[in-house]
Amino acid sequence: MNRFDYHRATTVQEAVHAGAQPHAMFLAGGTNLVDLMKENVARPAAVVDVNQLPMAAIEDLEDGGLRLGALVTNADTAYDGRIAQRYPVLASAILAGASAQLRNAATNGGNLNQRTRCYYFYDVATACNKRAPGSGCGAIGGVNRVNAILGASPACIATHPSDMCVALAALEATIRVTGPAGERVIAFEDYHRLPGDDPSRDNTLQPGELVTAIDLPKEGFASNHTYLKLRDRLSYAFALVSVAACLRLEGDVIADARIALGGVAAKPWRRKEAEAMLKGEPASHEQFLSAAGILLDGAVGQGANDFKIELARKAIVRGLRQASQATPQSQVDKRVA
Amino acid sequence: MRTTDDIRSDAATPIGTVEITLTINGQSLRLAIQPWTTLLDLLREQLHLTGTKKGCDHGQCGACTVLIDGKRINTCLTLAVTRDGADIVTIEGWATPARCIRCSRPSWTTTPSSAAIARRARSARPQGLINEGHATTRDEVREAMSGNLCRCGAYTNIADAVMHVLEATR
Repeated sequence: MNRFDYHRATTVQEAVHAGAQPHAMFLAGGTNLVDLMKENVARPAAVVDVNQLPMAAIEDLEDGGLRLGALVTNADTAYDGRIAQRYPVLASAILAGASAQLRNAATNGGNLNQRTRCYYFYDVATACNKRAPGSGCGAIGGVNRVNAILGASPACIATHPSDMCVALAALEATIRVTGPAGERVIAFEDYHRLPGDDPSRDNTLQPGELVTAIDLPKEGFASNHTYLKLRDRLSYAFALVSVAACLRLEGDVIADARIALGGVAAKPWRRKEAEAMLKGEPASHEQFLSAAGILLDGAVGQGANDFKIELARKAIVRGLRQASQATPQSQVDKRVA
Repeated sequence: MRTTDDIRSDAATPIGTVEITLTINGQSLRLAIQPWTTLLDLLREQLHLTGTKKGCDHGQCGACTVLIDGKRINTCLTLAVTRDGADIVTIEGWATPARCIRCSRPSWTTTPSSAAIARRARSARPQGLINEGHATTRDEVREAMSGNLCRCGAYTNIADAVMHVLEATR
């Protein structure tokens, strides 16, 4: 690990000021950043410890939504009674990720900003445009079983590793940030970005901007939802493909639908056309298959990850069925119903 | 084994260090540390509490788990400086003879392995699991312990041991 200047911020303003300095990084739970520093992938000149900031509460919002402080741990978020009751798809997604120890340390803000687990990003001896812009992409033509099938570019085929973010995308959360220019709110779909020709930027944060909270809208799809995660072992592995599926049903007819995919792109993957297509239709296998077709339109394998396209198609159909039948995937009993 | 009093007398304050206070196994310690020191390295190298193990050093194996404010945390991914004021319990602070009999012993005697690392890990972590209060069934215990890898693959007996403790404390 490189040596760095350490700043413990006591106010958001102080953190933003310190975080806007060149090569400064914010540190909360540390479960990703400390690891990246050990691997020499991250070499911050300054580390700004934000753990003392007043962003560690979950609060009800006047519009019926819920505000998740950026410093609330993933575990405390998932086990909060309001989340479990009103946003069970979010609780489920969080509990599908990492291990108990990591969830006890990892924060909500940190979860948003964690980096890809692409092998080439982590290995400083290899080419990676995300880690070292202009060096190339080792994953293209390399070991790419875990890499993207959607939204990739000739510069980068990394995926976003979060489970929590897949549920947040489906719920249409908004991200509150404070930076040198003040506060702003970012729609979830505009927070993470696809690689294009600049994969070094995972999201649309500006220098010095700090995530202070995640706001959940009132609609939590608590009746018909699932988070279905498919991976190489039953626990404690990143998703090969995951699906957050949320439905609002009126009788057998779909009144509203949200579908987000994890493990397939550099951001949680949504296609609003797929959701719009389902509205007013019966909750049937044929409709779910059509929605999957729209979501996966343009999917391209890289060789070792070609299987993800068919896996995703089946996972979307299965996830929508679980949601429509109100039989969400258990994150304890791993049998896929 | 060195006591925490020995450790306190070592504490000079070199340039570039940060002073923090930690309660470790019930004892309040004022420590001057370099900010890049992980809690794991602080425990092992500076405080000589070597019951906490460095396995993978990347948050994957769980051998470095301690209880921070009652909850399980991987110390290898925790910069000590970020936990100023925390209450930390390591295996040395937790493993009283009575607790060893209650928790370690069942898994030890039913497990063919004699791996000390895994055994120590298994005895502290179920206490954290019980503190956290989210696992009651065997499936839940297995899921909640998935962050602890065991090289001997003794998971079946570990789950038995944890269930034994959970049932005994109900």
